[in-house]
Amino acid sequence: MLSHKTIISTLLSVLLLLPVFAQAGDLMPVVPKAKAKANPDTLCIRDVKDMRKNHMKYILHKRDKTLREGVRTKQDSLAECISCHISKNDKGEYASFGDSKHFCSSCHNFAAVNIDCFDCHNDKPTAASKTGSTIK
Amino acid sequence: MTQPVNNKETTTDIYRRQFLGKTAAAAGLALAPGMILTEVAHARSADQPASDKNRWGLLINTNKCGTGCTACVSACQTENGWGEINKSEPHSKASQKAVWIRKVKLKDKLTGHVQSLPLMCQHCEHPPCVDVCPTGASMKRKDGIVLVDKHICIGCRYCMMACPYKARSFIHEALENQKVHAPRGKGTVESCTMCVHRVDTDGTPACVEACNAEGHQAMYFGDLKDSNSAISVELRNNGGQQLRQDLALNTGVRYQGL
Amino acid sequence: MKKTIPFLAIEGRSSGYYMLLAILATFILASLGAFYYMEHHGHYVTGMSNQIVWGMPHVFAVFLIVAASGILNVASISSAFNKKAYKPLARLSALAAVALLAGGLMILVLDLGRPERLVIAMTYYNLKSIFAWNMLLYNGFFAIVIVYLWTMMQRNLGKYTRVAGTAAFLWRLALTTGTGSIFGFLVARQGYDAAIMAPMFVIMSFSFGLAIYILVLMASYNWTERPLGDAIFNRLKNLLGVFVAAVLYFVAVYHLTNLYEAQHHDFEMFILRDGGIYTQLFWLGQVLIGGVIPLIIFYTPALAKSRGLVGFGALLVILGGLAQVYGIIIGGQAFPMTIFPGKEVIETTFADGAIASYVPTLAETLLGLGGFAVALFLIAFCVKIMQFLPASLADKDVDPHYKAS
Ligand code: SF4
Ligand code: SF4
Repeated sequence: MLSHKTIISTLLSVLLLLPVFAQAGDLMPVVPKAKAKANPDTLCIRDVKDMRKNHMKYILHKRDKTLREGVRTKQDSLAECISCHISKNDKGEYASFGDSKHFCSSCHNFAAVNIDCFDCHNDKPTAASKTGSTIK
Repeated sequence: MTQPVNNKETTTDIYRRQFLGKTAAAAGLALAPGMILTEVAHARSADQPASDKNRWGLLINTNKCGTGCTACVSACQTENGWGEINKSEPHSKASQKAVWIRKVKLKDKLTGHVQSLPLMCQHCEHPPCVDVCPTGASMKRKDGIVLVDKHICIGCRYCMMACPYKARSFIHEALENQKVHAPRGKGTVESCTMCVHRVDTDGTPACVEACNAEGHQAMYFGDLKDSNSAISVELRNNGGQQLRQDLALNTGVRYQGL
Repeated sequence: MKKTIPFLAIEGRSSGYYMLLAILATFILASLGAFYYMEHHGHYVTGMSNQIVWGMPHVFAVFLIVAASGILNVASISSAFNKKAYKPLARLSALAAVALLAGGLMILVLDLGRPERLVIAMTYYNLKSIFAWNMLLYNGFFAIVIVYLWTMMQRNLGKYTRVAGTAAFLWRLALTTGTGSIFGFLVARQGYDAAIMAPMFVIMSFSFGLAIYILVLMASYNWTERPLGDAIFNRLKNLLGVFVAAVLYFVAVYHLTNLYEAQHHDFEMFILRDGGIYTQLFWLGQVLIGGVIPLIIFYTPALAKSRGLVGFGALLVILGGLAQVYGIIIGGQAFPMTIFPGKEVIETTFADGAIASYVPTLAETLLGLGGFAVALFLIAFCVKIMQFLPASLADKDVDPHYKAS
């Protein structure tokens, strides 16, 4: 059994800290949820922490694999990230990169890290990416 | 004249390929003439890299190419998202808009013979664009497809100066709504990719498909290193020329009836 | 004992000096504005296109880079060839070389489609590319010339000046050859397909560089009211005359060999006779203004007596040089490439077989002029903060034995 003292002090400290949490809620990026959980254990294709820290390395490695060698697996493909992590804006359309509702922007705006991926890549999934354009 | 394309291989390689090829050709030959356009023997799983066992090429029969027909051009625009129909570069002047493939009508200066043909990146074996590119953004895949790695292209346009066919375009303004499989953007250079995303999944370039759908069948796509592929057979039987053969670039795109 | 002429920083407190800096700064700001405008919108706001892919910025940049290596010539003559009379001129020459190169490179970088990726250009090297080699050459040039300057300005390092000067001399020959080869490698373009291109660039660099040098020297000595004697001045003037004549000679050889080769005949007719603006630029700009008139000025004793006229002649050499580079870069692209020999293109959506047109916009021209402004600003600024200019270049100080002719 916990002592009254402990309970009270815990409650008090939580109360005291509340404003700080509330602040943090404004300050921290609101990252939209992925549509499907690629892996129920990791909540992404890899551990979320790992992805937060290293996603740029993975997609950079994959970009060279795909462009230079023609390896077109789904693993670490930018198009796959987009189609799973895309979210809608207030108008119910897919959010564009730059809009804080866009998965990538939600963090990159916050961290003020510029990326030029979407100068060339589409920032939204398109019909083509679902069906692919494979002609057998 | 065609150049020998598989002179560097071991005999076992050739033997094996011929064997595979024959089986494939036997399957293909049963179809009506003109229908043997799909390559069967080259399926490669998604995790395997492109290999130098293949050299992808196009063969264009100018006699079959329809004057006034632009099916290949439209198909390329639809597939890769450039050009008027995509309204992708509203600010650029006509001479500044991207052109991946164009139709050219020619008249022989001596005979007056008129012909028409599509012109695009010739996917040179010794590509000048790759030689001059300072960063290595212009690159040739092992299977001979020449691409621009827009991640490291700095937009210096030296490759455009070097290409003998004016096959490349620079993007003069910001773009939106690119095709997912064909990223392209401001400040970088681009050109025909031989529909590399289709080739990688064992498909045929959009232009070839459109030409066939129109009933012209003026274009073959296939593996120049496979001596039994439809394109190699056609080249062997009826020949095919390179544009500016004097430059010795050994282009992957060949023309008949020039 | 031979007395040495002291080097003195200019005072740089006159309103004229500040005015000069202000004017140059205005040009630099304008070019940065132009850069921002071009990058913000994209290159559609310029006259450059998929037909003329290199435009006005490249004309200025190539001119400046070529002139940069040429302007070092004065220093090379003093150090590498040990000509005493040129010694007092060497520091300014090396300074100007660095400044012009900086100006030229600035233009090239600011014109890139993705200038923010400069780091990529520095870290991904395609060693087969002559362009990448040029970047190495340019960086090396900065380093070597700065070391060279250092040996000249640091008293106890004087004994190394000769070595550094020779290294700089060889390096800059490589650099100009490299710049010329940028075009030499474009074999598909008829205008550039000539072995003579590289040596022609070397001799062009001598001429453009010296012309700029003479003007800079005249301006700095006039404005600071330091004496500049005939001994030095006439030497430089005569040397420039030789270079200008040599450029004309190379140009003649280039066009005559081209005329001789049947497949370049069309291109020659284009430049020499039918090319409209390019023909005019060739005959009026390059040959008459940049060659014949300066030669007449330099070699007619009555005219050559006037400093003003000689300065004017040097200015004409620069203008003619710009016309020449314009003709090479833009004219070479405007002329259609032969993709289908023996055939005439009767229909195309991409201007095949047709002469491409190019109308430069203000933005790209300002960007180019900005390169000049950066170079001149650097020179004007450095001669104030450090000792680049000899206190006097009067005849008696330079060469006691000089007799006025
Ligand atoms: S046709 Fe031009 S762009 Fe294509 S590979 Fe050859 S040089 Fe490069
Ligand atoms: S424009 Fe891009 S691809 Fe072309 S040479 Fe320059 S860096 Fe290479």
